[in-house]
Amino acid sequence: MTMTHADESTSEAYVRDRMVEDAAPPSSSVGAIGWMRANLFSSIPNTILTLLGIYIVYLVVPPLIEFTLVNAVWEGEDRTACAQAHGACWPYVEAYFWTFIYGRYPDPERWRVNLTFFLFAIGLVPLLVPQMPFKREGLIYMLAFFPVAALILLTGGDFTYAGFFLPMPEGELRFWIEFLLVAAAVTGGIYLLTREAGGNAKGTALSILAGFGVLAALFFVASIDFGLVEVETPLWGGLLVTLVIAVTGIAASLPIGIALALGRRSNLPIVRLISVIFIEFWRGVPLITVLFMSSVMLPLFLPEGITFDKLLRALIGVALFASAYMAEVVRGGLQAIGKGQYEGAMALGLRYWQMMSKIILPQALTLVIPGIVNTFIGLFKDTTLVLIIGLFDLLGIIQSSYTDPNWASPTQSHTGYLVAALIFWVFCFSMSRYSIYMERRLDTGHKR
Amino acid sequence: MSESTGAAAAVSEPPRLKISDEIAIEMVGVNKWYGDFHVLKDIDLTVKRGERIVICGPSGSGKSTMIRCINRLEEHQRGNIVVDGIELTDDLKRIDEIRREVGMVFQHFNLFPHLTILENCTLAPIWVRKMPKKEAEDIAMHYLERVKIPEQALKYPGQLSGGQQQRVAIARSLCMNPRIMLFDEPTSALDPEMIKEVLDVMVGLAEEGMTMLCVTHEMGFARQVANRVIFMDYGQIIEQNEPELFFDNPQHDRTKLFLSQILH
Repeated sequence: MTMTHADESTSEAYVRDRMVEDAAPPSSSVGAIGWMRANLFSSIPNTILTLLGIYIVYLVVPPLIEFTLVNAVWEGEDRTACAQAHGACWPYVEAYFWTFIYGRYPDPERWRVNLTFFLFAIGLVPLLVPQMPFKREGLIYMLAFFPVAALILLTGGDFTYAGFFLPMPEGELRFWIEFLLVAAAVTGGIYLLTREAGGNAKGTALSILAGFGVLAALFFVASIDFGLVEVETPLWGGLLVTLVIAVTGIAASLPIGIALALGRRSNLPIVRLISVIFIEFWRGVPLITVLFMSSVMLPLFLPEGITFDKLLRALIGVALFASAYMAEVVRGGLQAIGKGQYEGAMALGLRYWQMMSKIILPQALTLVIPGIVNTFIGLFKDTTLVLIIGLFDLLGIIQSSYTDPNWASPTQSHTGYLVAALIFWVFCFSMSRYSIYMERRLDTGHKR
Repeated sequence: MSESTGAAAAVSEPPRLKISDEIAIEMVGVNKWYGDFHVLKDIDLTVKRGERIVICGPSGSGKSTMIRCINRLEEHQRGNIVVDGIELTDDLKRIDEIRREVGMVFQHFNLFPHLTILENCTLAPIWVRKMPKKEAEDIAMHYLERVKIPEQALKYPGQLSGGQQQRVAIARSLCMNPRIMLFDEPTSALDPEMIKEVLDVMVGLAEEGMTMLCVTHEMGFARQVANRVIFMDYGQIIEQNEPELFFDNPQHDRTKLFLSQILH
C-alpha cells in the first residue's frame, strides 16, 4: 500500500492536491453557548434538571447571604447588639473565637498550642507537596520528633510514674521494673509464636524489642521536667481537641489498618484469626459504645487507684476503631492486585516484606486512596462524639458557649453551628481535594 | 538416528553449543494435586546446564505447573526437585536462593505498573542482590539495550506495547543474572506481529548458552533452538526427543494428534 501525499507530484489528474481549509465550527458548538448546550440543555430531562437546580440555588443562596451578610450584626460588646438581630451575630463569634480554638486552655500557655500547630504544619507541608525534598527526614520528624514534642508541649511533660502491679512501694523504680517484665514477656511470647509458625523469629523479636525501646525512650523523655506548667487534658478543648483526636486517629489507623489487612490475608492461622477477631469486634460496636466503655466501664476493671487520662482513653478507642475500618479498606485494595504481581515479585526473589512494601502495597494503597480518605474524613467528623464522655471538641465547645447569658440571642446558635460547619467543611474538603490530587499524580496511566 | 539429525541440522542450522554434563535441574517422581485433581504424575526430568528445552502439550496438561514447581510458585507434594544443586523444601532460605538463580518470564508479563521500566529492572538487584543503585541501573540499561528498548527506560509499563513489555520482562529477569530461565508461554498473549521481536530475544539468549525451559507452541522456535522437545498430556511427560525427530517422526498417538492440530 502506498500513501499519496498532496505535495508529491502525481500524474493522475483526478487526485486532488489541495485540501479544503478547515471551516470554523458553528457558534452553537463552541464558546459559552456551546458549553451550555452540551452540559446544561443537551436533552429535555437535562434541561428540566438544570432549571430545577437553578431554582434550588435560588431558594438556598439568597437567604444564606441575607443571614450571613446583609442582616448580620458586625459590631457589639454583648448580647444587646444581637438581641433584635435577624442575621448572624458575628461579635459573639469574635468574642468566643479563641475559645473555639483552644477551649479552656489557660491564656498564658496558649503559645504552646500555637507552637504545636506550627511544628505540625512545617512537618506536614514537605510531606504533602511531592516536589519538596527531604521526604525521609520529614517522615522521621513527623513520626519521631513531632509526637514527643506535641505531647510535652501540650501537657507540660514532667510525668511521674507510680507503677501498677508489683508488690513494692510505688514509684519510678516499680514502673520501670514492670516495664522490663512486660517487654520481656511480650517479646518472648511473640518469639515463641513466630518460631512455631516457621517465621523469622529472631528478626520479629528484635523489631518488637526495638519497639519497646522506643516506648521506653518516650516514657523517659516525657518524665523530664522542662519547666512547663502542667495543663490537664480536661482544660483542653475546641479545635485543639478535634485535631488531637483526628490526627492521632489518622496517624495510628493507617499503619495498624495495613498490618491488620495483611494479617487477615496471612497464611499463618493464628495471625489471621487474631486479625479477624480484632476487626470484627471493633467494626461490630458503635463508636459511642466504645467511648462509653472507655470512660465508664474501663475504670471498673482497673485496679483501685489507677486512672488513665480520659482523653488518652478516647484517643486509643478512636484509633483502634478507625484501624478496623482502615483494615477493610486496605484489604479491598489488596484483593484488587492480581496474582501475577505476587508471582512476578516472588520469581525475582523478593521476600515477603519486600514484596509487600515495594510492589503490592504501593499499588493497593493507590487504588484505595478514595476509601482511605473517606475513612479519614469520617473519623474527623466522628471526633464530635467525644462530647458524650465530657470532652469538649470544636462542636462541643461551641454548644457549651450557648449557655453564656452574656451572648444569649435569637441567632446565637445558628451562628455557632454555621461556624462549626464551616470549619469542619474546610478541613474535610481540603482532605478530599488533596486525595483527588494524589490519585491523579500516582496514576501511571494503565493498570497492569 | 544420526542420519536424520544430520539432515535436520543442514536445514535449520541450529546453534550447537556444548552442553555440559553438569545437572541444572533434576526432578524425580514429582507429583502434585490441586485438591483431588492430579496435575503432575510422576514427573522425571533432568536438565543439563546449557540445555534448551521446549515443553508443549494441550492446555491443562500440567506444563505450566511443572515449570512453576521449579521456582516454587507451585508447591509439589511428592518427589524431589533439585535446582542448581539445591533441593527444594519448605525452607524459605533455599527457596529464596533458588529464586535468585532462576529467572522467569510470564505469559502476562507481570511487570510492576507503578514503577518505570528502569525501576522494574533495578528493583530486584537492589533489594535482593543488595547492589548499589548506580551499578544496578548500568546493568539494567545494558540489558534494555540488548532487548532493544533503552529509550523506553523512563516510561511506565502501561505506555508500552505487549511485545515491548515482554522484552522488558526478559530484561528484568536477566538483570538478576540468572543461571536458568523459565518461560511460561511468553508469546501467547501477544499480537502476531509482536511475537517475532520476543522470540528474537529468546533466540539470542539461547545462542549464549543460557539454560532454558520454555513452555510454548512456537514450533519454529522449538526447531530452531531447542535441544529437546517435551510433550506433556494429562500431567505426564508422554514423549521427549530432539526437535527434528519429535516433529518429523512422533512416536506416540497423542503426540501425533496434537502436532496435527497445531501444525495444521
